[in-house]
Amino acid sequence: MKKGIEVSIAASIAAQLARVEVVAAYPITPQTHIVEHLSELVADGKLDAVYINVESEHSAMSACCGSSAAGARTFTSTSSQGMELMHEILFIASGMRLPIVMAAVNRALSSPLSIWGDHSDIMAARDTGWIMLFCENGQEVVDSTIMAFRIAEDRRVLLPIMVNLDGFSLSHVIEPIEFPSQEEVDAFLPPYNPLYTLHPDKPLTMGAYAMPELYTEAKYAQEMALINSKDVIVEIMNDFTKAFGRRYMPVETYNADNADFVYIALGSIGENIKTAIHDMKGQGKEAGLVSLRLFRPFPADELLSVLKDKKRIAVIERAMPGGAANAPLFQEIASLMYTNGINVKIENYILGLGGRDVLPETFIDIYDGVAHTGSTVPVKEKNYDVIGVRG
Amino acid sequence: MAKPMDQYKWHELNVGCVIEEVGNASEYLTGDWRSSKPVWTDEKCIKCGLCWLYCPDAAVFRKDDGLFTANLNYCKGCGICAKECKPGAIKMVEEER
Repeated sequence: MKKGIEVSIAASIAAQLARVEVVAAYPITPQTHIVEHLSELVADGKLDAVYINVESEHSAMSACCGSSAAGARTFTSTSSQGMELMHEILFIASGMRLPIVMAAVNRALSSPLSIWGDHSDIMAARDTGWIMLFCENGQEVVDSTIMAFRIAEDRRVLLPIMVNLDGFSLSHVIEPIEFPSQEEVDAFLPPYNPLYTLHPDKPLTMGAYAMPELYTEAKYAQEMALINSKDVIVEIMNDFTKAFGRRYMPVETYNADNADFVYIALGSIGENIKTAIHDMKGQGKEAGLVSLRLFRPFPADELLSVLKDKKRIAVIERAMPGGAANAPLFQEIASLMYTNGINVKIENYILGLGGRDVLPETFIDIYDGVAHTGSTVPVKEKNYDVIGVRG
Repeated sequence: MAKPMDQYKWHELNVGCVIEEVGNASEYLTGDWRSSKPVWTDEKCIKCGLCWLYCPDAAVFRKDDGLFTANLNYCKGCGICAKECKPGAIKMVEEER
């Protein structure tokens, strides 16, 4: 039975169903109801966990590293500036191979001050060595959170994982969501059995330093673990389908088989694109959507098999390139196409920054090649379009 | 360590580079970094132990006769002992190798 519930609250219930043992978080804007509701669950005795109320996001992730190293199933959530403040520790969590699960509520970064949704925060954290899943709707947030613990804690993986959900357009929206029972989740997700723990009976060193003779080997081993995690992720997604009936894949498509033209996007904006694709069908226009459920490790093979025969690709992004030639996802798609000898027209569109609404019509305009930037300033060399900017 | 650092292959490292062997930092001889070493003039030493107390690497130790010296395998030559020695019994001498 489906229940109408705010997606942030649903994410915290998913963590509760996963029987998290430690939550460390900093409860200030841009934090969400995710950790607020978890603190209520712990205070009300409905969740047998330790809730560590720390003094900053840097400390939140540090405390998560400590509790995960001690062998506890660990969860936290952050967003926007909070993710920036924990940036340093994100690398430490992945380097130490600690299977922390974090709900990353994707929002804009200051300045100018904005707490609205876009992908500025996660794009700045994309190469921190974490596994990254993206969600299109609230059901995917719940399912991904439950899957995330099993992926992260698998002995073949042992890496931290972020479940990305769009700020406001998912985090603060009430959606109909189906929750599995505690028994079903327990059957799918066994208790965490850590490989190493900090314990006085068996002293060991975690997070030691590596001399130049070892650092390259250490980072290579970490990178291999991240790359090789993809097969385990696919296996666990398939297990999830068997257990709960909902199907997940690293790359998901909508009408992509029928179309020469596809949009590539991350997160909830995919649902607007689907609406546009559906509307266009009535106008005799065929377009498809390629949605990356898995962003890290980058699902290159899955993308290639979908994109290899396409004539035109529009990469949709919600972050500024910061002086780069293109926005981040475009660069990875373009590099994937080029290194595999595929010559295809790829366009880069930046939209939905800082909570700016994006209507399905915009994607029809992109298809028609008439999506305008509004700018009256002639641009000599242009690698991307910023949709809707007033000129 | 079971073998020198530069002989480990990437897949031989523990997950997360966890070190299961206790106290193996002592195998790494940090005295190699030194450019000058402390030399004690025992006649001036009043056996106060400040050099032993201040040494950040615990490289200074007390000998059976109550006087002090440094284990040059670990002394990095920082000179804190010489700076803190009130009677001036320690001089930093440039290493010749």
